[in-house]
Amino acid sequence: MSVPYAKLPLWVEYGLIPLINLVVAFLVAGLVVLIVGESPIKAATLLVQGAFGYGEGLGFTLYYATNFIFTGLAVAVAFHCGLFNIGGEGQAYIGGLGVAFACLALDGIFPWFLTFPVAVLAAAMFGAAWAFIPGYLQAKRGSHVVITTIMFNFIASSLMVYMLVEVVKPLGSMAPQTRTFLEGGQLPRLDWLLSIFGLDIGGAPFNLSFILALVAAFLVWLLIWRTRLGYEIRTMGASPTAARYAGIKEARIIIITMLISGALAGMMALNPIMGDQHRLQLDFVTGAGFVGIAVALMGRSHPVGIIPAAILFGMLYQGGAEIAFEMPQISRDMITIIQGLVILFAGALEHMFRPAITTFFATLGGAGKQSEATAAGE
Amino acid sequence: MSDLAIELRGIDKSFGPVHANKNINLSVSKGTIHGIIGENGAGKSTLMSILYGFYQADEGKILVNGEEITIRDPNVAIAAGIGMVHQHFMLVDNFTVLENVMLGAEENAILNRGIVNARAELKRLEDEYALEVDPDAVIEELPVGLQQRVEILKALYRGAEILILDEPTGVLTPAEADHLFRILEQLRDQGKTIILITHKLREIMAITDEVSVMRRGEMVATRKTSETNVEELAELMVGRRVLLRVEKGPSNPSDVKLSVDGLTVRDNRGVVMVDDVSLEVRAGEIVGIAGVAGNGQSELLQAITGIRQAEKGTVLLAGQPIDVTGDADPQDLRKRGLAHVPEDRHHMGLVLSFEENENAILGYHYDEEYLNGPMLKLDAVRSHAAQSAEKYDIRPPDVRLKTANFSGGNQQKIVLAREMERDPAVLVIGQPTRGVDVGAIEFIHKRIIEMRDAGKAVLLVSVELDEIRSLSDRILVMFAGRVVGERTPEATEGELGLLMAGVEEGQEAAQ
Repeated sequence: MSVPYAKLPLWVEYGLIPLINLVVAFLVAGLVVLIVGESPIKAATLLVQGAFGYGEGLGFTLYYATNFIFTGLAVAVAFHCGLFNIGGEGQAYIGGLGVAFACLALDGIFPWFLTFPVAVLAAAMFGAAWAFIPGYLQAKRGSHVVITTIMFNFIASSLMVYMLVEVVKPLGSMAPQTRTFLEGGQLPRLDWLLSIFGLDIGGAPFNLSFILALVAAFLVWLLIWRTRLGYEIRTMGASPTAARYAGIKEARIIIITMLISGALAGMMALNPIMGDQHRLQLDFVTGAGFVGIAVALMGRSHPVGIIPAAILFGMLYQGGAEIAFEMPQISRDMITIIQGLVILFAGALEHMFRPAITTFFATLGGAGKQSEATAAGE
Repeated sequence: MSDLAIELRGIDKSFGPVHANKNINLSVSKGTIHGIIGENGAGKSTLMSILYGFYQADEGKILVNGEEITIRDPNVAIAAGIGMVHQHFMLVDNFTVLENVMLGAEENAILNRGIVNARAELKRLEDEYALEVDPDAVIEELPVGLQQRVEILKALYRGAEILILDEPTGVLTPAEADHLFRILEQLRDQGKTIILITHKLREIMAITDEVSVMRRGEMVATRKTSETNVEELAELMVGRRVLLRVEKGPSNPSDVKLSVDGLTVRDNRGVVMVDDVSLEVRAGEIVGIAGVAGNGQSELLQAITGIRQAEKGTVLLAGQPIDVTGDADPQDLRKRGLAHVPEDRHHMGLVLSFEENENAILGYHYDEEYLNGPMLKLDAVRSHAAQSAEKYDIRPPDVRLKTANFSGGNQQKIVLAREMERDPAVLVIGQPTRGVDVGAIEFIHKRIIEMRDAGKAVLLVSVELDEIRSLSDRILVMFAGRVVGERTPEATEGELGLLMAGVEEGQEAAQ
């Protein structure tokens, strides 16, 4: 007995349902704020004000969003192949090594616009290499990527400590970080972009990586829905038996998908390293790899959904910082709780409201319209 | 007391835009076998699910033994004396018969006393209805026919007076089906009421007292079985006259196009499923493989088509070897003219979440025709799909529609169109009409015969013996992984049935 299928209008599927999930998440978060003894309305105002209300806040929001677009795309590409890449965190971290090598080698010789493509390539290659091992193990040995990518996050973390302390740290320095890059290793900020709207970016590190993230989003869309490789990836993800029937090489597609996913995660490192701090530091990824999972879930693994979802999480990061600053009752951890709630409702409980909404639209739409087109589930 | 066991009045049920049951009235007399027949999607299962409490009707009343009741969930149905035997058994494979029968009806948390009582009750049921099963046998070690008997015992154990059987013969050999019918007759004679859901007309004629026909969610007719015939029922089911017999001329076989020699294949657990099978298919003939599901037919098809690695043996496609023991590549085989309509269209032949046009190129997506470098030519893909949809009458003719939204028959046509339109030399078809409505079956059978007449070599696997007999030019019977006999299509059902049940040729002669 299959469940009868009722199709939802696109705006409901991709607009209303995520919105309802979000509203419920904020209502529950509001409750938490209330329990702590602060005004939820004031907190919400602070959140939105802090994230979008002025140039510098918006700059920070978009800076964070850039990270999440990259990691969200990385998770989404793997999702389409039926792979759950939890290793964005580690892949981005190792990607940072690529960026740092490129910048350290070239920043004194080339201007930034020549260093940049090399750094992009290096970030992608380092990230891809880190994803290759779990991909290979999944494809050839059947080791589940969820397990191996999680483990590789820890390995990446230790490896980077070693690299920063023993290899790339300048002699005589006490801090586990590289030297600061010269002009040739620094990405220009996008202050001009915000100034078009009459906003002053202030000290926000909003930089060129954002444009790269948008380009990457477009390329991912093209890959998944317009290329033969994307077709094969989607077939593999939707039905591995159908993929085998179609003569699609399972192992090859898994490895290629993980390489692409890892490359996207690795490119996230450009934003903080080349765009903001201008040096490689410990723990620069700060959870962006994991937020990428929520972003991909919320964005339905589609670039058009991932970009707004990434901006939403950027808002939570930036606006959350403002709340923590303005409301001493609400600590940084509380902000994490609110972010967790959004992830819970947008991702884990995604199907909670779906049945009710489906029924509602079914009765609204009337019976006759689609009955011909729809096979009755017996 | 009413002499009606079940009465449904004005049952109405919609799932979103799908009106599955429209104002259904049904009366089932006590102590009768009542057949409900209809195509896939006619709403039979929905109706029974309402009766058994899986779904709630939007409108209408249910009367059991003359009393109106509200069946909120299966527990209410069970309490009212309704039992259900599902198409797919709901048994715990590694439990014993006794444990399965007790499951959900344990007397208390500690089982010791319950087991003793259950064993006694099971013994009583077995004696009363001649339903012998070893209560300590483990389910997975029992043949399918006995597993079904356990399902019936489960229902009786819970005090069922009314038994609903959903497509009960789908997994049985003809002999097992006959045995089931004798059990059902005996249950009826002892006063039980039986509702039999099926799409097989012959079963209805063989066993029921009354029959109700459903079509597109409506109850279109109820007849006394003795006063109707197969032709009338088929017409009622489909809504037009149907050709039940396949018209086909004599075959004209020429060169051997597919040759299998000593093929041995293991399944994922390492069990030998195909055991030293040899066969030949010539251009211009249909070779049918009969057999009860699970006797190695699936693995045979998968090995020939390069989906599953064989252990040993050789396969020649138009005289050229296929590397079945190595890494035979389905893509390469397609290029060499081997088309494959897989048994399981939901998981193998189609990607249900894809748009129809995307499925129209599955397996042929490497073809230059659809590619522009690494990019897919969406226009070419969609116009190809639209052409196939027209030629194969795939409805609705919307190539952007999600494949899951097509009916079973139309989904199968998508697969057939894709595989047949390529002008293959060899066509391997598994279960061409499983879950397909009668109207589409006629169409699909015609196409298969056309392929033969066009000089293609066709290897057909089906668990529907009627289908094998009406389409094949030669029939091979598979049992326990081996080909146990070859017959002409004139062979009787009984003869084939014995072979399918594993009775060897020598024994058969002795009988």
